[in-house]
Amino acid sequence: MAWELKPDRPIYIQLLDYIKLGIISGKYLPGDKLPSVRDLAEEASVNPNTMQKALVELERLGMVYTQRTSGRFITEDTEMINKIKETVAKEKIVEFFESMEKLGFSPKETIQIIENEAKEIIL
Amino acid sequence: MNPILECRNLVKKYGYKEALSNLDLTVERGKIVGLLGPNGSGKTTLIKLSNGLLSPTSGELLIDGKPVGVETKKIVSYLPERTYLNSWMKVSNIIDFFTDFYDNFDKNKAYEMLERLHINPKDQLKTMSKGTKEKVQLILVMSRKADLYLLDEPIGGVDPAARDYILNTIISNYNPDGTILISTHLISDIEQILDDVIFIQNGTIIKTASVDDIRSQEGKSIDTLFREVFRC
Repeated sequence: MAWELKPDRPIYIQLLDYIKLGIISGKYLPGDKLPSVRDLAEEASVNPNTMQKALVELERLGMVYTQRTSGRFITEDTEMINKIKETVAKEKIVEFFESMEKLGFSPKETIQIIENEAKEIIL
Repeated sequence: MNPILECRNLVKKYGYKEALSNLDLTVERGKIVGLLGPNGSGKTTLIKLSNGLLSPTSGELLIDGKPVGVETKKIVSYLPERTYLNSWMKVSNIIDFFTDFYDNFDKNKAYEMLERLHINPKDQLKTMSKGTKEKVQLILVMSRKADLYLLDEPIGGVDPAARDYILNTIISNYNPDGTILISTHLISDIEQILDDVIFIQNGTIIKTASVDDIRSQEGKSIDTLFREVFRC
C-alpha cells in the first residue's frame, strides 16, 4: 500500500485514515500486531512523532491497543470494526452522491444510473 | 532540561549589513524542524552561529544552555552546504578520520548506511558524482549520536529518488532524543518528515508552528503557505 498524502489535511489524520482503512479492509486482522512506530513511519516516509500521534489517536478511538512491552495490536472487537466499516461506506456514498449532484444528476437519477451499471457488471 | 537551541536578541552583522536582527528563538528537543526562508534570509548564518563557525555581533545563542564552544561542538553534528572533505580521500579513510575526531561517531552505523545506499567505502571522493558525495557527507553527519543535527540544504543536489532515500535515512537514523534542524528550499519534498517549521525573512523569525497545526488551521501545505508568505 502506497501512502499518498494530500497537501491540505493534517498528516496525522491521513495516516490515521490509512491505518483505519487497513483494519477494515483486512490488511491488518483483529488481534494482529502492528509494526513498530519507526517501521510504520519509514514505510510512510513520515516523521515518527507524527506516526506516533496517529497511533495514539487510533488507540483513543479503541481501534488499537497497547500491550505493555510487547507493542500495539489491532482490536479484537469485530463488531466495532464492522461498525466503522459501515460508517466509512456511508461517508463514501454521501461523497459520491454529492459529486454526482455537481454533475447535475438528482439522487433519483444517480440511483437509476447505478442500477443500469450494476446490471452490466453482474453480467 | 534546557532547550537544545536558544537565541536571545541575537544579532549578526557583516560590515554594515545586518544578517540577523534581534532574533529570539527556542528549538525543542526530539523534533525535526524545518528552517525555511527565501534566499538571503539568514538561514545559513543562523546555522553557522550555532556551530561556532561565526560568532554573534551581539546577543546570545545557547546550545543546551551553554554558549557555543568545545562542549557544544561535541553534541552538534553539522552538514555544511558545501563539501569540506579532501577529494583524494577514500570513504573508509574519512570514516577513520571521523572516528578519531568524534567520540560519538558510530563507525558500524556509517558502514551499514553506505551499504544500504550501495556506496563502496574503497571509492575516492573525487570519483563520485555530486549526489553520491552529498550522500556520503550525510551518512557521516547522521552516524554521530548528537543532540542537535544542523543540516544545511541536505537534499539540494540529489535526484528525487535519492532524495526519498535520504529522507528515510534521516527519519530512521536519528536519535529520538535529538533534534534535527534542516534548512531547505525544497519544502514539498521534506514537509512530511517535519514536526515544526520556522519561517525566517530578512534576519527575523516571522512564524514558528507545527506542520499539522498549519495544515489544520490554514487548510494548506507548508509549501503553499511559503509561496504565499514569501511571494515576490
